[in-house]
Amino acid sequence: MHPAASVIIFTTLSGIGLGMLAWLGIDPTPPTGWAAFWNFLLAFALTVGGLISSTFHLGHPERALKAFTQWRTSWLSREGVCSVAALSVMGLYAAGLVFFAKPIAPLGYIGAGLSLLTVYTTSMIYAQLATIPRWNTPLTSVLYLSLAIAGGALLAGRTGAAMALLLVAAGAQLIWWMKGDTAFADRGSDLGTATGLGDRGEVRSLAHPHTSPNYLMREFVYVVARKHVQKLRIIAMLLMVALPLLILVALPANLFVIALAAASHLAGVATSRWLFFAEAEHTVGIYYGMR
Amino acid sequence: MTDLPTTTDKKLGLVIDLDTCVGCHACVISCKGWNTENYGAPLSDQRPYGEEPMGTFLNRVHSYEVKAEGQAAQTVHFPKSCLHCENAPCVTVCPTGASYKRKEDGIVLVNEQSCIGCGLCAWACPYGARELDQEEGVMKKCTLCVDRIYNENLPEEDRQPACVRTCPAGARHFGDFADPESNVSILTAERGGMDLMPELDTAPVNKYLPPRLKDSFDDESILAPFLDPVAEETQGFMGWLDKQLSRLPGDTKTQSEDV
Ligand code: SF4
Ligand code: SF4
Ligand code: SF4
Repeated sequence: MHPAASVIIFTTLSGIGLGMLAWLGIDPTPPTGWAAFWNFLLAFALTVGGLISSTFHLGHPERALKAFTQWRTSWLSREGVCSVAALSVMGLYAAGLVFFAKPIAPLGYIGAGLSLLTVYTTSMIYAQLATIPRWNTPLTSVLYLSLAIAGGALLAGRTGAAMALLLVAAGAQLIWWMKGDTAFADRGSDLGTATGLGDRGEVRSLAHPHTSPNYLMREFVYVVARKHVQKLRIIAMLLMVALPLLILVALPANLFVIALAAASHLAGVATSRWLFFAEAEHTVGIYYGMR
Repeated sequence: MTDLPTTTDKKLGLVIDLDTCVGCHACVISCKGWNTENYGAPLSDQRPYGEEPMGTFLNRVHSYEVKAEGQAAQTVHFPKSCLHCENAPCVTVCPTGASYKRKEDGIVLVNEQSCIGCGLCAWACPYGARELDQEEGVMKKCTLCVDRIYNENLPEEDRQPACVRTCPAGARHFGDFADPESNVSILTAERGGMDLMPELDTAPVNKYLPPRLKDSFDDESILAPFLDPVAEETQGFMGWLDKQLSRLPGDTKTQSEDV
């Protein structure tokens, strides 16, 4: 799949922003006043920034409101509905803390739940696609949720929890990669099943229907830089988990140190998301004798 | 609505005969022509005369080679367009309701006024049957020429999809799969019509007829006996001529002996 910058930025930023909102929502002693303001500003900026970025790849962003209508079947629509619900509820909760120094606990819990639900709906947009076997597993949701919760803990200053959760996320990432590497072959789709001619012998692509790449090949058959996959996986792991852990263990937890760990973590998640798309093989590639 | 209908009254679709398709791409061109000049956003081209030309097409013809162990390879031309799946994953993923499957005839369509161009439906289609038009930013796909098949302004013989009307080889057939007596149902039953990627459970309406098995060089030929020489030994004038000619140098037999 073509790794579009808008989608990588969106899933990375809004994932961690929603994770942070969830932690703020369940905080028994939440920040109030200005402290609350800055905390919520960061979480909202990440989430909303990500959401806005996701509209950049639309052909007709001015019709985006229509995307709230099909929540009965569409995970993309559900994501839209959930994100607005989560932001509204958390907005009210934040207003209570910032202006009245008053935590309205039920609102916080509901908002936290909605925030994580939004991350889940995002993950399901990818996990539902049978056409991309690497994504088509519940593990994709585990990966997205564990990263959002770990990153959110980091940003919310819950360093203890963050360290444990980073390890959980690292585990989810490793298993997801391992399973993903065989997912396409395990599904069993090849030129034989794609053309229905497989039982007659070996099928091979002789000629493409067109002489230069079209939308389908640009969008679905992305093979550039796949040879660097293993290196990029290591870089992603180092930035996402190892370096933040090292920073948190070695240095005293203050704002600067947490920011440093979070920056490294974000860069790592973005790398992992780049791989998420660049490595994903769509069944359309089969028709072109590629993957 | 992106809910799929549980059943459709008709199941309109195509049968594509891989045995007779000659890979001429005429169906591709007639499709592009009709669907550029008629319903919806025109099918745009990018850099048509420049480097890496690109464009939106609703029908494309691949070419494959099938080779069985110990047999001659066979070329199969393979036209591919939307299969109007009964279990269409492209419809249910659409966030806006722009994609839908019609209850009356099962045709899968895009309402271009509602489409936000998110591309998710193209991600969900296993076959590459949807293309996002780079100029208009909306999703384009085969409409089964919905603006021809019911169009009373057209002569009767033109009320079928442009590709079917055009195909010079008679490799494309249009009809209602819900009717077991229809041309397409009979063809599918008689020739073993197949689904593409059945493992993905999309339940395509369109069916592909496999190429008929070709003769092999080793087969007994039914014509061979008729090609046997009528007389082994020549007699009379022809026999005399044969002998005289054989005496002259340059006879193939003598030549090969010389060498
Ligand atoms: S072929 Fe693709 S676009 Fe057409 S109905 Fe099936 S899944 Fe949808
Ligand atoms: S590109 Fe258009 S038709 Fe396809 S899923 Fe998005 S809104 Fe629906
Ligand atoms: S017009 Fe007919 S013969 Fe030519 S490519 Fe299309 S289906 Fe094949």
